[in-house]
Amino acid sequence: MEFVYFLIRRALWSVVVLIGLSMTIFVIARVLPGDPARMALGPRASQQQVNQLKAKMGLNLPLVEQYERFAVGAAHGDLGLSLLSQRPVNDDIAATFAATLELVLVTIVFAFAVGVPLGVLAAANKDSWIDNLVRLGTIFGAVTPSFLLALMLQVLAGYVLHALPTTGRTSPDSAAVADITGLLLVDTLMKGNFAGFVDAFKHILLPMIALSAATTGQIARITRASVIDVARQDYIEAARAFGIPSFVRVFKYTLRPAFVPPLTILGLEFASLIGNAFVVELVFSWPGMASYGVRAILQKDLNAVMGVVMISGLFFVIANFLIDVAVGFVDPRVRISGQRA
Amino acid sequence: MSEEALLSVRALSLDFVSDGARAQLLRDVSLDVPARRHVALVGESGCGKSVTMRAIMGLLASPPARVLGGEIRFDGVDLLKLPARERARLRGTAMSMVFQDPTSSLNPVFTIGDQMRTILKYADARLGRARNRQQRQARVAEVLAQVRMADPERIGRAYPLQLSGGMRQRILIAMALLSEPRLLIADEPGTALDVTTQAQILKLLKDLVEARGLALLMITHNLGVVRESSDHVFVMYAGAVVEQGPTQALFASPRHPYTRALMACTPKLSGGAAMRGIDGALPDYSAPPSGCRFAPRCPLATPACAQTPPHTLISAGHSAACWRLEATE
Repeated sequence: MEFVYFLIRRALWSVVVLIGLSMTIFVIARVLPGDPARMALGPRASQQQVNQLKAKMGLNLPLVEQYERFAVGAAHGDLGLSLLSQRPVNDDIAATFAATLELVLVTIVFAFAVGVPLGVLAAANKDSWIDNLVRLGTIFGAVTPSFLLALMLQVLAGYVLHALPTTGRTSPDSAAVADITGLLLVDTLMKGNFAGFVDAFKHILLPMIALSAATTGQIARITRASVIDVARQDYIEAARAFGIPSFVRVFKYTLRPAFVPPLTILGLEFASLIGNAFVVELVFSWPGMASYGVRAILQKDLNAVMGVVMISGLFFVIANFLIDVAVGFVDPRVRISGQRA
Repeated sequence: MSEEALLSVRALSLDFVSDGARAQLLRDVSLDVPARRHVALVGESGCGKSVTMRAIMGLLASPPARVLGGEIRFDGVDLLKLPARERARLRGTAMSMVFQDPTSSLNPVFTIGDQMRTILKYADARLGRARNRQQRQARVAEVLAQVRMADPERIGRAYPLQLSGGMRQRILIAMALLSEPRLLIADEPGTALDVTTQAQILKLLKDLVEARGLALLMITHNLGVVRESSDHVFVMYAGAVVEQGPTQALFASPRHPYTRALMACTPKLSGGAAMRGIDGALPDYSAPPSGCRFAPRCPLATPACAQTPPHTLISAGHSAACWRLEATE
């Protein structure tokens, strides 16, 4: 029961975080120099046209009133119109968000599927050459900027080896469309379009590796430290004295408690993952939110900036909420006491 | 005594070696635990009690542990000559252990029932016993009831953090008894608990061990516990047994200066003389004094103590390793 309260508390806090985020970004976007309406219409538009646009978008209202209009709209799921295109921001984000979501989700799965076993391997062979190799690799992964890795992968795998496609989400001749969940890998499989799935998988591979390097390294490092820490605990020695065989000690008694720190760190990694995804998307011409978001920021397209930030923020808090639930399932201490250990 | 002893440690010497540093931990440790008897191993913290116990259970990692010589005979078989696999088969079934710290010795993320069934499952597998899940469940409940836990069903579903320290200590005892071992090694059970609970735990342990006719090796620094619950005592100092004998005889006339100092450290209810400590500290194991390791702290030390003293028989079954026994008569 405490766990349910804990989750409700976390959910309420998430709402507070989102409101705080929206206020901060709202104010920052508006106090920065540059007239958004003028930027949208270009230097040759008359002052009258600029004023008209301002009036239409409510940009001449007091700041508090502007925020109120935004908040009421956002609460109803309406993020307003883009200054530039005069199209609803909702539509633009809906068209691009799924691609970003797919890239980030695949990256997380990959980072976990590779990072955790690497960490366990390193811990099991502590101080051997395997451990040193893993540690060296994870440090390289953590310090290499994702745009550099993205460019290197593109040159190496695309232009030198001609092994994998380097731009976009599908081949030009692919008829695959993501119209069920928006996630191409899932949708092609659901429709039984195996060729389309392979094509989409090939396209996502390089951006995924570029994006996952830092997170994979982080998860491997945390897992290694966590496994080593748990393996030293009294209850592992006790299990040995009670005659529990070593594979059960490692895969059950050690791994389950050791799984909590990497899971927790994943929640923190989300923020940098979303940020890095923008860079990686630009390099690989991935049709996600990145180009839309970058253009919106450079052009001071206020509603579009808010839309991109709020969607990213929402994604972040939902992901962290799900991680809280997962931690509760792995660790009864969290479930029973309703507190993070 | 060694003929009939269930467990017989003979002249065990053991070092810890890591990165070129060598700690000379155990020197010629000999002790016997006859079947159905209660034996106590006493000494201050850091004297090598726990290392001895882990060596017997085969829990020491090697490296760093390195056995220099000696035997650990269980039921006539030298465990040190057994392959690791064979040795692992004895753990939890032929010999088992009650751990000291009830908070850290239970896995926090699995239920008590899950952990106990897992122990039983692998013990069954080793002994070739066929038991299904329900039968194991029943056995777990039975043993939980034997350690006087009310409502074993509920306890089985609980996680360790939902139980008190005393309950967890009972569960550790239950875990050790699951497969009816013949030798039980208890590492200061209850020291992490309050005095009343500890007394209950010790009483429970004694009752269970007596009812089953188990051999018990109790490791402790508490002389009161030793006096009440053991037949035979081994006193350890700095990795060596300095005195051993039947509990009655040893308490009646302690002969080794260390045993005497240890007894003087125990507070008496009758008050009287102020409690005395022992001056000095345990030696550095990487460069222990040659000969008697207690000599630097010993009020009776003479130049002769630079040679290792042999065990001298004092009375039937009572011996001490000291050159100055004539001074303690």
